[in-house]
Amino acid sequence: MWNIYLRAKEISGCGISGIIHRKGELIPGEMIIKSICCQYERGNGLGAGFAAYGIYPEFKDFYALHVMGQCRESLERVEEFLHKRTYVSFQEPIPTRRVKTIKNPPLFKRYFVRPKFEGEIVEAEDGQSEDDFMVNLVMEINEKISGAYVISSGKNMGVFKGVGFPDEIAEFFRIDEYQAYIWTAHNRFPTNTPGWWGGAHPFTLLDWSIVHNGEISSYGTNKRYLELFGYKCTLLTDTEVVAYILDLLIRRHGLPLELACKVMAPPFWIEIDEMDEEDRELYTALRMVYGGAVLNGPFAILFAYNGGLVGLNDRVKLRPLVVANKGDLYVMGSEEAAIRTILPDPERVWAPKAGEPVIVEMEEATIPNQKSYLKVRPKEEREDALRIGSYPLSLFTSK
Amino acid sequence: MSTPIFANFHPDFYVERLWDKCIKCKRCIRECTYGVHIWDEKKKTLKEDHTKCVGCHRCSAMCPTNALIIRRHPSDFREHALWTPWFIKNIYKQADQGGVLLTSTGCALPYKNYFDHLVIDACQVTNPPIDPLREPMELRTFIGPKPEAVEVEEVNGRFRLKKKLPPVIRIEVPIMFAGMSYGAISLHVHQGLARAARDLGTLYNTGEGGLHASLYEYGANTIVQCASGRFGLHIDYLNAGVAIEIKIGQGAKPGIGGHLPGEKVTEEISKTRMIPVGSDALSPAPHHDIYSIEDLRGLIFALKEATEYKKLVFVKIAAVHNVAAIASGIVRAGADAVVIDGLKGGTGASPTMFRDNIGIPIELAISAVDKRLREEGIRHRTSIIASGGIRCSADVVKAIALGADAVYIGTAALIACGCTMCQRCHTGKCPWGIATNNPELMKRLPPEVAYEKIYNLVKGWAHEIKEMLGAMGINSIESLKGNRDKLRAVGLTREEMEILEVKHAGE
Repeated sequence: MWNIYLRAKEISGCGISGIIHRKGELIPGEMIIKSICCQYERGNGLGAGFAAYGIYPEFKDFYALHVMGQCRESLERVEEFLHKRTYVSFQEPIPTRRVKTIKNPPLFKRYFVRPKFEGEIVEAEDGQSEDDFMVNLVMEINEKISGAYVISSGKNMGVFKGVGFPDEIAEFFRIDEYQAYIWTAHNRFPTNTPGWWGGAHPFTLLDWSIVHNGEISSYGTNKRYLELFGYKCTLLTDTEVVAYILDLLIRRHGLPLELACKVMAPPFWIEIDEMDEEDRELYTALRMVYGGAVLNGPFAILFAYNGGLVGLNDRVKLRPLVVANKGDLYVMGSEEAAIRTILPDPERVWAPKAGEPVIVEMEEATIPNQKSYLKVRPKEEREDALRIGSYPLSLFTSK
Repeated sequence: MSTPIFANFHPDFYVERLWDKCIKCKRCIRECTYGVHIWDEKKKTLKEDHTKCVGCHRCSAMCPTNALIIRRHPSDFREHALWTPWFIKNIYKQADQGGVLLTSTGCALPYKNYFDHLVIDACQVTNPPIDPLREPMELRTFIGPKPEAVEVEEVNGRFRLKKKLPPVIRIEVPIMFAGMSYGAISLHVHQGLARAARDLGTLYNTGEGGLHASLYEYGANTIVQCASGRFGLHIDYLNAGVAIEIKIGQGAKPGIGGHLPGEKVTEEISKTRMIPVGSDALSPAPHHDIYSIEDLRGLIFALKEATEYKKLVFVKIAAVHNVAAIASGIVRAGADAVVIDGLKGGTGASPTMFRDNIGIPIELAISAVDKRLREEGIRHRTSIIASGGIRCSADVVKAIALGADAVYIGTAALIACGCTMCQRCHTGKCPWGIATNNPELMKRLPPEVAYEKIYNLVKGWAHEIKEMLGAMGINSIESLKGNRDKLRAVGLTREEMEILEVKHAGE
């Protein structure tokens, strides 16, 4: 059942939701549950999940590993491995409730760990090598320990996901008991794979989490491109590819987030040809060098990190994405209804243009270990951190 | 008694004249360059020498009353599965003359053609196909080395490149024209190729016969070739194009150099190639300054030095058994693009044994080379150009999905000009005016016609590629590159599928 290497690439339609508070106020789990459950028809009960940021303040400096195990033995193997390779500060089963409709769920545990470097002390430059260590560790567990799978590995964040409708998964993982300053959620409609708990979204790498509606037709190209940099696409889901591309572009190649988005959903050549020389050179270089990282095919993606939430559509907008805000609270979703059910009186509601990212970052120094990838800080008229050319759709504005 | 010529007893073709239609205008006599049609002055009628017919169909195409039919000669040998007429007749020819069998075009044996065992994917429901008539669809491709990462800096709230990228060549369609020398093909075809390349935004390749003075103006769309014979090679020539291709080998005859029979070396060609009129232009098998990979590096950088690092240097090899390792060495030697010419690659003259028996199919070679370069982490340092047996736009799509950046077409471009694949290019008598520089024959294919036909062909293919990309749900060619997900095998073995890295249909 868990032979993930033989699985075919998954194909699915989906509903997605995301919430962020720019001042770091904690948002109750109820809100995200309500938003994703409003998009019930966008799933078929074969997968749902939640990502929450800021839920482990007492372990904020430890990597929180959410591990899923097929049986006790596989979790024991993970434990043995972790004790050998990391300092485990604390571990416990992830609290769950019994849900009638969820039969034989896997086992879930969380571990709060720090890397244990062997031999010489490795220069920890901006925590880069610690992050690299964790990426490799997670890949190793996923690849080598059969029956066990790390579903999230960031600091002060965690992912809860499984096979079921979103209300069932929320009930199972007791999402209502958590509070977070960023939430994302996913309701899955797979067409070709039997439900597998690891195949649900969000997909994560370190503190990056991704929920995704769409099918990435360039998967084969992206996968091969990522293999060049040592990423092993073990899960065979498109979403995994997005996580690795973000990690490669932003963490390893140091590209600003805005440009990383432009790599994944690049402007057309006809647009690039019209740019001024400096931009033309930049965008030509990005497309030439990162052709293998272009996400081609229909998608709407929300990705979050410790300090921001980003919504991005493919470059011809073949999947829906709507954004709204009220004050410092920003909500994104596949449908406007999913927003209005929790934010009945938004200040602004708009549909971002194809390929134009909506990047919402928290105010500086709001949360511990905060990350900011927005290299060019928003100008005055963009105080709310809405980026590049998004415009309100009069169709959606409430009167 | 004179020695009989056995080969003449058993002609390949039979010229059937429909006497009720023939008006004895003698057009066929003028059209045929092989002397098949003869006027019998005594009987005031036409006769045929079937033994000379090569099956080019020029006479039947030009006959004003459609009075000619060319068919395979109906008289058969007794059937034998092993000793087919092909082998019997080849033995007669060699017994008659004691020479090397010569032929033209690409491999004629029915080896498995892997393109024909690969099928392409399309979107249904979960993923919308994209319509190239309504949405942008991008084929732009860059040939040459690229860095692994882009470095940007922020200046006054704007991003810009920290370091400019090394020079690359931009082509608007991933189809280029393979090296076919002036001499092997007519000046008119060269002119047509050059103009078509310019208008299509792609490149044509001079082949190893130098560059005719009239073609220097197409420099921005020209690849000049440097082969072992070094014909017509001087500094202006090297500087004329945007890239220089070192030709180590070619798919039609791996292991030997180019051949231009003396019959084809006319006055103009002698000037361009810098050789005497009528002399055989036989390139040596190796480059005599390349006896190992480090020598190749020497030549690559000698050419780069000579052209002040403004030109890209390609290296073209025939696909042979160790193609992946060789390609890796070539990239490490500094080549900006590796051209791989497969078993089915064409030629204007080749020993038959070489054409039909040496080399490996291009599909397997592309996959193996792409894989090796990726494994070694040097794939971005080069582009892979695949050639040899690309017959249609679906072949182009499959080649790119297998890992090529772009393809070369040669034979297809000549067929666009009217070639009927009679495989007699080496005779210099091409009745269609393509593979000849006989001034009279050349007139049969004016440069404008060559241009128009070649341009139309690639334009049509480009549109088909866009349609296929759209059906696959992607709107730019880079998302097809190496995308094995888009291919499935039909009727291949496990091993073949492993090499091609494709799954079987239904998987």
